[in-house]
Formats: sequence, structure tokens, C-alpha cells
Amino acid sequence: MSLIQGATGEWEIVLGLEIHAQITSKSKLMSGASTEFGAEPNSQVSLVDAAMPGMLPVVNEFCYEQAVLTGLGLNAEINLVSIFDRKNYFYPDLPQGYQISQFTDPIVGKGIVKIELPDGSFHDVGIERLHLEQDAGKSIHDLYPSQSCVDLNRSGVALMEIVSDPDMRTAEHAKLYVSKIRTILRYLGTCDGNMEQGSLRADVNVSVRRPGAELGTRCEIKNMNSIRNIGMAIEYEARRQVDIIEDGGTIAQETRLWDVAKGETRSMRSKEEAHDYRYFPDPDLLPVVLEQSWVDEIKARIPELPDAKHLRLMSQYGLNSYDANILIADPENADYFEIVAKGGDAKLAVNWVTGDLFGMLNKRGFTIETSPIKAEALGELVGLITDKTISNKIAKQVFEFMLETGNAPAKIVEEKGLKQVTDTGAIEKAVDEVIAANPDKVEQVKQKPKMAGWFVGQVMQATGGKANPQAVSDLIKAKLGIE
Amino acid sequence: MSDLTNLTLSDARQKLRNKDITAVELAEAHIDAMAQTKGLNAYILNTEEKAIKMAKASDAKLAKGEGGILEGIPVGVKDLFCTKDVRTTASSKILGDFTPTYESTVTANMWADGAVLLGKLNCDEFAMGSSNETSFFGAVVNPWQRQGDDAQLVPGGSSGGSASAVAARACIAATATDTGGSIRQPAAFTGTVGLKPTYGRCSRWGTVAFASSLDQAGPITRSVRDAAIMLESMASYDVKDSTSVNVAVPAYEKALTGDIKGLKIGIPKEFQVDGMPAEIQALWEQGIEWLKAAGAEIHQVSLPHTKYALPAYYIVAPAEASSNLARYDGVRYGLRVAGDNIDEQYSNSRAEGFGEEVQRRILIGTYVLSAGYYDAYYKKAQRVRTLIKQDFDKAYAKVDLMLTPTTPTAAFGIGENIGDPLTMYLNDIFTVSVNMAGLPGISIPAGISANGLPLGLQLIGKPFDEETLLRTADVMEQAANFTALPQLMAK
Repeated sequence: MSLIQGATGEWEIVLGLEIHAQITSKSKLMSGASTEFGAEPNSQVSLVDAAMPGMLPVVNEFCYEQAVLTGLGLNAEINLVSIFDRKNYFYPDLPQGYQISQFTDPIVGKGIVKIELPDGSFHDVGIERLHLEQDAGKSIHDLYPSQSCVDLNRSGVALMEIVSDPDMRTAEHAKLYVSKIRTILRYLGTCDGNMEQGSLRADVNVSVRRPGAELGTRCEIKNMNSIRNIGMAIEYEARRQVDIIEDGGTIAQETRLWDVAKGETRSMRSKEEAHDYRYFPDPDLLPVVLEQSWVDEIKARIPELPDAKHLRLMSQYGLNSYDANILIADPENADYFEIVAKGGDAKLAVNWVTGDLFGMLNKRGFTIETSPIKAEALGELVGLITDKTISNKIAKQVFEFMLETGNAPAKIVEEKGLKQVTDTGAIEKAVDEVIAANPDKVEQVKQKPKMAGWFVGQVMQATGGKANPQAVSDLIKAKLGIE
Repeated sequence: MSDLTNLTLSDARQKLRNKDITAVELAEAHIDAMAQTKGLNAYILNTEEKAIKMAKASDAKLAKGEGGILEGIPVGVKDLFCTKDVRTTASSKILGDFTPTYESTVTANMWADGAVLLGKLNCDEFAMGSSNETSFFGAVVNPWQRQGDDAQLVPGGSSGGSASAVAARACIAATATDTGGSIRQPAAFTGTVGLKPTYGRCSRWGTVAFASSLDQAGPITRSVRDAAIMLESMASYDVKDSTSVNVAVPAYEKALTGDIKGLKIGIPKEFQVDGMPAEIQALWEQGIEWLKAAGAEIHQVSLPHTKYALPAYYIVAPAEASSNLARYDGVRYGLRVAGDNIDEQYSNSRAEGFGEEVQRRILIGTYVLSAGYYDAYYKKAQRVRTLIKQDFDKAYAKVDLMLTPTTPTAAFGIGENIGDPLTMYLNDIFTVSVNMAGLPGISIPAGISANGLPLGLQLIGKPFDEETLLRTADVMEQAANFTALPQLMAK
């Protein structure tokens, strides 16, 4: 538990999050228009999205499937009967004058998500619900001095709103929670998790209280699209609230915005200005009634999720929790690793993937998907180290050649003559030569056995690094009669 | 009255097939009739050039012995149906000169079957009204007049333009929509046949929405047979409307066998309201006699929640409307009245674009959905709706159909009730239950009031049993033998 130290004592932060995740689908929630990002303004707008007279919404079944899959991935109840409601308010980027959402009967009910804290302990965050809703369009206010523009490309795109219980107590919790939800959605393929493009955004509800006291009045920080900013906004907002209360003030329930440039939250609208959304069931849509068997079919298609993968990577490959965590952050990372590990030793594989490979990807601006070195090739390289064809040190040179030429590691080793010398006759010859050439060192090493390393280095140099260092070391020790 | 404009749809179809007449002749006769009856203000857009073009295409098909079930039939379309490249306004200023780039499913079905578009028909603004006096384009006049009195009467609403044009022979048939009685009440006021199908029978796609859970398209015609033919064309299952129901569309005309022996007809006692005019009561009893004479059995049934139908309707319908009409905000299409900021632009556009009745219903609807009132009004009204449905379900365990009057009075004068919304809303007292329960209903002209105006009787059917409904309506139509003609029809 981490508390804020105020002037009058300790304060506890209470956090609940609403995550808006754009469903990965080709077409919108209630129309056939495309959802592709970055298209010309108003080029992906159907008659339904523009709310032309007489147009009617039709539920995109695939989006529904995605929501059910997500609910199952969050260990949540799937409601076999759910209802679409209208949330009524006027805004130029909301052509219908209402957003189709789910209010009383959402598709997904209570669930639970585990986050792993830095000390290795786990913290449960309850999921209150997940419901489907339409995204609004985008208002653009800075193109003309006296007019605003509206882009309806996003209008009607399917969103999942995932509402957590107020179960988080620190900014770290919130960051880990968003990151965990993002990972789960990416595993499920139900949201690409791209926060920069707005595919995943969060509204953060922040309140403070004396430890264990009743909940305080909350403020909602809207539309956060970076995990780092979520952390900073929470820290700022909690401190702001503590200061107000300690100065004898009260917290006004309101919606606030995070100002990235100034590093502060500021008021957007108060409770009094809040809309009366006049929710009621959308009469254009029938209640959605699901068969349990259909839900079961989807359940059978759930891929291995991060928690399960974490455990398996540890047990199957003998990885530690830290390495396993790095790999599961992205399903592509774990898949890549598993292919590499097929080639040879798993510990070597994880070091190569999280070390050399990630370093290279970062430096050169690649992602795991666009990596110039494919998992199979890296696996082959790890295989060459594992079976002692080359040393780890030579492997680093091979890795560079692979990047340069795109050739397979075995071919590079062959062509460049980098094969490790395991022929003891050849190694013995080199060892004998080094011993014969350095009688003074021989005397010294007998006094100080640790100096054997100098002989190994000399032999490795003499063999161009290709000798098996272990074999060299063993031979030297035998010849010099040291332990 | 020209021979051509007095033809029923079924007669015209026969003559077209026999090549006794051409579709162009038929269209021209109706274009002439439209001009003669201009004073009724039934049409708010004349599409005669398009009509001639479509009629020529129909003649080409008919010449080859081809064509659909409405081939060459000139129709009017209520201005709530979006028609591609043809202005569609819902009779509201707020839509301005809105011209859709798309065709409603119902009208697309009709054009595919060969119908010819004469023009767009006036209606109450956004179909909100029972007298067609709330239209931005002005009131529609009923072609009927009281005996010895030339006062202009309302045709009923909201499909007043459709009813007036059909009655005045300014089209053979018309599309209409019915949310609380908007097909049946104007049919009753104009001596025409008005059929409101089961909710989900006709697609709502491309029809300007009033109250989504109640709106249903249907035809107004001059005979039950014509209504059957029109419905067969208009109805379809449509994946673009989630509330459309996937039930095959039967050949409704084949259901008109003339045989209703043994059919059980329910008479709901709660429809005997206080102060119902004697002539309406007498007409109802006459209807019972006709059905008995045709071999049907008459049973008293009870629909105990009937008295709550109208108040519940006037919560549910405005609530949905307040949300459905939010899209008319002056941002993307239609009327825009600029302001200093976006909120002002909304207020200015909607204040100037919507008429008084529409504004009244938006206010009521917004109120009943507001935080703190939702449970007391909207939620309770939806519960009442469930009870009304259950009443019908129970009654239909015993009977096949029900017979009631369509309206509590005959047509009234223009301006008579416009200042009194409550009296106006009472026009829907016999028709709203049918919408609340999603059932099919039909009004047929059954008699003449003491002052010479048409009166209608309503039959209410089981869900998706339009066939029994039409068969019985056909039998009653023959028994009623309604031959009176309106005074202001095309000559």
C-alpha cells in the first residue's frame, strides 16, 4: 500500500477506470462503412453514420462476437440477453443526436483481472461491466476562425467500454491495469491497443480518502491516451485533491482534462453542466439474445492469454518471471521467442531475443513483426551456439553478418570459416605452442592458478576465436597441472 | 369523373393486361385529375414527367406480356417515404428541399413491381396529427362535405393527403403510414380502405421515423382487393430493418375467398366508450349483423387495459419521436438558421424548422425520458403496453378477429379542433391499441353519417394474419356496398 503524505496525515487514492477500446473489425458497429484509420475526412461514412432520414442501424454480428470474446478473456459473465440503448445529447459530431450504447443490460457483466506488482505480488481488479457503443465523429476547431469542421469517419465505429471497480490505489496500479487490459485485448485480437491512434483510451476516476474511510468525491479525467500520462495525471490530481481538502475545501464532482504541456488537470465541466442523457432502449433494435452454445463455441477459440502464457513459459522453458513477463507483454514477442527456442537452449534463446534482438530492433526502428531477422534464423543461430558449432562471442559477429547480408547463420559460419575448433589435436597444438613460448608465465601460473585465463586468451587469439573456450581451458589446466 | 380515374386497382390492372388501356393513358388521366383537385392540397410535389416516363416503361413491358403486380398503376406516395432524387420533406420545413440519394424499401418494392409515381402526398408534419392540419404545406381538404354545408373538412391524419387523393380519384392507390391510427382514421374520414399491417411486415428502412416501435407502412385504396394487392408489393423482409420480420409474404389477393363461415369475431366491450354517438353504435351493430349473416360467430371479449392505451401511447410515441427527431439539427442537411454558436444554431434551426405540434411532442417526449421521470412515465407506459398485448393474446385464444368502429366521429371541420390537442388526440382512441400491440388492422367504409359523411369500421387481426383480416374485410365490403361519392372529386 502506498499512501500520499499530506500536511495533516496520510491519504489513500481510490481509482476506477473506464477504458474505451476500439474493436478490431472491418466495418462499423451499426453500418457497413469501413473503419480504416487515416482515410480522407468523411470518406468512410454511410447513410446510417450520417443519420440521413429513415436510416436504421443493424448490429454488426462480428463486433458482438469480439465483445463476447473479450468478456470471456476478462473472466467475465456473458449476458445472454443484452439491450442497446440510446444516449441522447446534441453535438455536431454525433449525427443521430444520440449514441447507441448499452445502459441497463450490457453484453458483459462482472469479471476480474490480475495485475502483477513490481514486487512479484498480485493485485485483483474487478471488472464491473463491458458494453458496446458507437464512437462519435471528430470535431476540428482550428481550420477556420469562425467555423468548426466535422469528420464522421469515426462516427459509428464500435467501441467496447470496459468499466473497472474502484479497486486501484496507486498510479502504478492504474498503469499496470491499462497495460494488462491492452495486452489481453491484443492477445484476443479484439483491439489493436494502439493508444496513439486512439484505439485505446481511458477515463480515470480519481478520489482520495483517509485510509479505510468512506469514498471521497471523485473527479473524472477524460480521454487519456498514454499510459505514462495516466500515471502523471493521477499523481497530479490526487495531490490537488489532498491540498484542497487539507486547506478546508471540498472536492467538486466534475470532469477534468489532462493538459500535457502544463502537466496539470483542469476543469472541463461540472456536475451541474452534466447532460441528462435520457437513456431508453433503442426501438430500432431488438434485444440481442445469445445461445449458450454460441458463447461456448467462442470460448473454445480463446487463445492462450498472458497469465497462462507466463506460467507456461516458466515451466516449459525454465524462464524466470522477469524474462517471461518481457516476452508476454506482446503475443508476437512470445511467439517469436518460442520459434527461436525450438532451435536450441531456451535460456540462450531468451537472452538473444530480449538482448541482442530487441536492442537491434529499437536501434533500427523495427518492430518484432518487421524484424529483418526472422525467428527461424535466430533459432538457427542459437542452435549453432547450443551445439557448440560457434561460441556466443562468434555468434554476435554472425548476427551482424545476418543483418548485413540476410544470409542464414550456418551459411555465414561456413563461408567465413567461423566454425569453433573442437578438434582437440588442433587445440592441443596451439596450447603447446603458447606454453612453449611463455616459460615465465608458466612459472607464474603455478603460483597463481587464476592466471590460467591469460593462457586461454592467448590460445583463443591464436585460433582466431574459433577454439571452444571450455576445451582450451581444460587442456591448459591439465598441461600445467593446476586446478 | 373519367372512366379511367374511377377504376379500382384490380380493374385497371385487368384493362392494362387486356391492352384495353395503356399505362400512359392511365397516368395522363390521373395527372389531369391531380390538376382538377389541386384545391384539396393533397399533393405537395407533382412528378408527372417521371410518371409518364415510368408509364411508358410499363407499357413496353405490358406489350411483351410482362410486368409486376402493380405494372402501370399510378400511385401517390406519402412524403414520409424517401424517394431517390425526388424531394422528401415529411411535410416539415426543417427538411427544406431534402432530396434523398436512396429509395425506401417499401417504394423500391413498388417500383420493382411496376407502379408509376404521380407525386408526393401531403401529411401531418412528421406524421404527427390526426387532421393533416400540422403540415408545413398547409391543411389537406377532405373531398367529402356535409350535406347542405360547404365548410371544408379535414381528411383525418396523418395520412390525410393519401386518403384525400385516393378518395378524390387523384391516384388509384397511395402509400401511407400508421403510428397510432394514421392510415385507418383518414380512411374512415374519406370513405376509403386503409390497411395497417402487422408491425414488422413492411420494412421501415428509408421511411422518415416518427415512433420507431409503432410506425408501420400500409396502403390506402378504394377496395379491399386493392389493399391486398398493394400490401403484397409493399411488404418484405428487409435485413436493413432489424425489426422487420422474416415471414414469407403470401399472395394476399388469393385469401379473398368470400368465405368466413365459422370464423370467430370478437367484440371488445371496452370499446363501448361513454358518449359514443348513436350512429357509430348503430354502424357497429350493423357490422356485427353483416358478419353473422356471412356465417361468422360473434363473441364478446374483454380487453381490460384499453382505457390506458391512449395515455400510454402519448408517452411512448413522443418519447421515441423526441430522440428520432434529434438528427434534424441543421448541421448536415435541411434547414439551417445560423446563430453565434452551435447551441444557438440548434435552437434557431429547430425553432424555425419544426411546427407547433412537433415541438409539443418533442417537449413531452424529452420530459418523460428525463432523469427522475423515466420510471413514472416511460417505463410505466411500456408496462401498460405489455398488458395491452397480453389482453389481445388472451382474447385471440378465443377469437380470430375483432370488430370495432374506426373513429368515434365522422370528419370534422378544418380549424375546429386544432386549438384543442386533447380532443384531437381522442380521434385515435379506437386505433392506438392496435399499434401498441403491433397488430394488423383495417378500416373499411361501412356507412354514411346523418350529415352525409363516410364512417368506417375497423377489423383487427392476429399478428401476420393479414389474410384472414383481408378475407373478412372483403366480405364486409360486399355487404356494406358503399357506393356514395365525395363532392370534390375529379370530374
